[in-house]
Amino acid sequence: METRSPQERIIWLLGLIVVIFYALFPVLWIISLSLKTPATVTVKPDEGFWGTLVPSDATFKNYEALFKDGLDGPFLKPLINSIGIALIATLIAIVLASFAAYAIARLEFPGKTLVLGGALAIAMFPPISTVGPLFDMWRSLGLYDTWPGLIIPYLSFSLPLAIYTLVAFFREIPWDLEQAAQVDGATPFQAFRKVIVPLATPGMFTAAILVFIFAWNDFLFAISLTSSDASRTVPAALAFFTGDSQFTQPFANIAAAAVIVTIPIIVFVLIFQRRIVAGLTSGAVKG
Amino acid sequence: MSEITLDKITKRFPDGTEAVKQLDLDIEDGEFLILVGPSGCGKSTALRMIAGLEDISDGELRIGEDVVNGKAPKDRDIAMVFQNYALYPHMTVRENMAFPLKMAKVDQETIDHQVEEAAKILDLTEHLDRKPSNLSGGQRQRVAMGRAIVREPKAFLMDEPLSNLDAKLRVQMRAEVSRIQNRLETTTVYVTHDQTEAMTLGDRVAVMRKGELQQVGSPQELYERPVNLFVAGFIGSPSMNFMPVELSGRTAKLPFCEVEITEAMAQGLESHSAGSLMVGVRPEHFEDAKLVGDQPGPTFEVEVSILESMGSELYIYFDMDAEVRAEQLDELAADVGSESTAEEGQVVARLDATSEARRGERLELWMDPEKLHFFDLDSGERIAPAGEG
Ligand SMILES: Nc1ncnc2c1ncn2[C@@H]1O[C@H](COP(=O)(O)OP(=O)(O)O)[C@@H](O)[C@H]1O
Ligand SMILES: [Mg+2]
Repeated sequence: METRSPQERIIWLLGLIVVIFYALFPVLWIISLSLKTPATVTVKPDEGFWGTLVPSDATFKNYEALFKDGLDGPFLKPLINSIGIALIATLIAIVLASFAAYAIARLEFPGKTLVLGGALAIAMFPPISTVGPLFDMWRSLGLYDTWPGLIIPYLSFSLPLAIYTLVAFFREIPWDLEQAAQVDGATPFQAFRKVIVPLATPGMFTAAILVFIFAWNDFLFAISLTSSDASRTVPAALAFFTGDSQFTQPFANIAAAAVIVTIPIIVFVLIFQRRIVAGLTSGAVKG
Repeated sequence: MSEITLDKITKRFPDGTEAVKQLDLDIEDGEFLILVGPSGCGKSTALRMIAGLEDISDGELRIGEDVVNGKAPKDRDIAMVFQNYALYPHMTVRENMAFPLKMAKVDQETIDHQVEEAAKILDLTEHLDRKPSNLSGGQRQRVAMGRAIVREPKAFLMDEPLSNLDAKLRVQMRAEVSRIQNRLETTTVYVTHDQTEAMTLGDRVAVMRKGELQQVGSPQELYERPVNLFVAGFIGSPSMNFMPVELSGRTAKLPFCEVEITEAMAQGLESHSAGSLMVGVRPEHFEDAKLVGDQPGPTFEVEVSILESMGSELYIYFDMDAEVRAEQLDELAADVGSESTAEEGQVVARLDATSEARRGERLELWMDPEKLHFFDLDSGERIAPAGEG
């Protein structure tokens, strides 16, 4: 690596700080908001910028309020729905996308480009345009306000992305490894499971993160295709939070909920980031 | 262990390429057969058909008594060493070597024993728990070998297993491969494009060209009695020198000398209908005239245009004022040419190191009259002297 002069380093550092601050500022603001009492939630200009950002009367009351009534409360059931729906959608998407991507990367079959093109077309389709028809269909099929009712559209919109990501990873894995496994006595499926899958795990985790974040953050389908806590996820549930009276907005509670739903994403990314080790295949073939 | 029979095996790829044409080969039980030829001639395709990694378009493949055309690779019980080793990067050396045994559902105790045993043979014992990415090229190559020898397969197939190693390691591993094959006595098919490897390793060598088998025989046979221009030029390093020749009676007129051919050769040529001829002389069949004493054979003067000293021997190049054209030779030139400094119209001679040849000076050369090879220019076939076995 080339060495940089001190001036250059300082410029880089400053740039970095600006970018990080710019990106994290809304997060800081939300955290601050979530710690405030209803009295101090609204901005008081006379306290200045820092006075507004750092709450003078920090409290965890807002967080307590979220979980106060347990499953009957406004937040716990949607949180469970969110986790369950996002995890199931991720799992199914990864399994299906792995098979599809493997076939696309490895096999020659008629209609291959059609499959890829179709997947891309779906990914480019504006989700909002499907909401109306889905609403009608789900109601007549009994899928309205159920977990599968959300999992299915999440799958169709995240699968293309997952397939594309995985195809890129599968293409990187040397063909020879699989053939070596077959000569070594493995069935094609064993070769896939014992050699290709372990090597493709970084790709699978990458795809998993993408799918999970998509499902976790979705508001459009969640608000349109649910009507109760039976399947309402957190982003939709936030819209139904009520304040102390009908004239106060529950800003602080919403902020607390927002902080809580951000945590799983961060945890998810941190866990899997370590699994996404570049160059895992190095050493397979001549280096 | 088993014999392998290829009966008119043909490979046609979907795009119409015929990579292997009507290949007939009988590989005996325990034999070490080398499949050699310039790159792109279909060696890998042939090997992969034996392994079952490539479908056979036509013909019959037998391993032992069984026809295996339709069998999956895993049911053929053969082991293969790939050119790029194809080690499983997520497994340790031990796991890599144990993999074929695991797939065969061998019990753990036997697996451990076999792996330790193979590791000992290959000098890998202390690396058993490392990952392939932490090994040197030579060690990776040995792991690939280890994965093949842990079980006792019916045959080993090796596709240019040494071509990724540097020159010194290659010579070392060549000896190793030979030693292991001798010890295990497992039928082995070894693919290479390197004629030196072919000549030093195998019991028998099969030369391929453009998907067609040219000749199968011991290294000695290929060297002494090549069937055509292609084999003659491919086997031996530096390559055989080819030149036009005119025959009158028993005198052959070469560009730089006249030579009296042997009785047997004359008879052989007689039964051959008179087409245009070409003659080939290997570099080692020339010698500095001062060093040969009174051995029979023509001597002639040439001007040394290039001189390469190898310490143990000398190579000199001289111009011959003549050109030869043949399709088979052009192909060779594309492949082998890079190894030789000789340009078109130049002749290479290998002399004893004690020769006093100097670059740019004239030198009296001697040629062995019994080592001339005659070829039909049109077909490229070699014309054998009468009575040759
Ligand atoms: N999958 C394929 N489709 C079409 N042609 C192929 C394919 N694989 C190899 N070939 C062609 O077959 C010929 C022989 O290839 P190969 O057996 O790899 O040669 P070698 O191993 O002797 O260098 C080459 O001309 C190559 O281009
Ligand atoms: Mg090859």
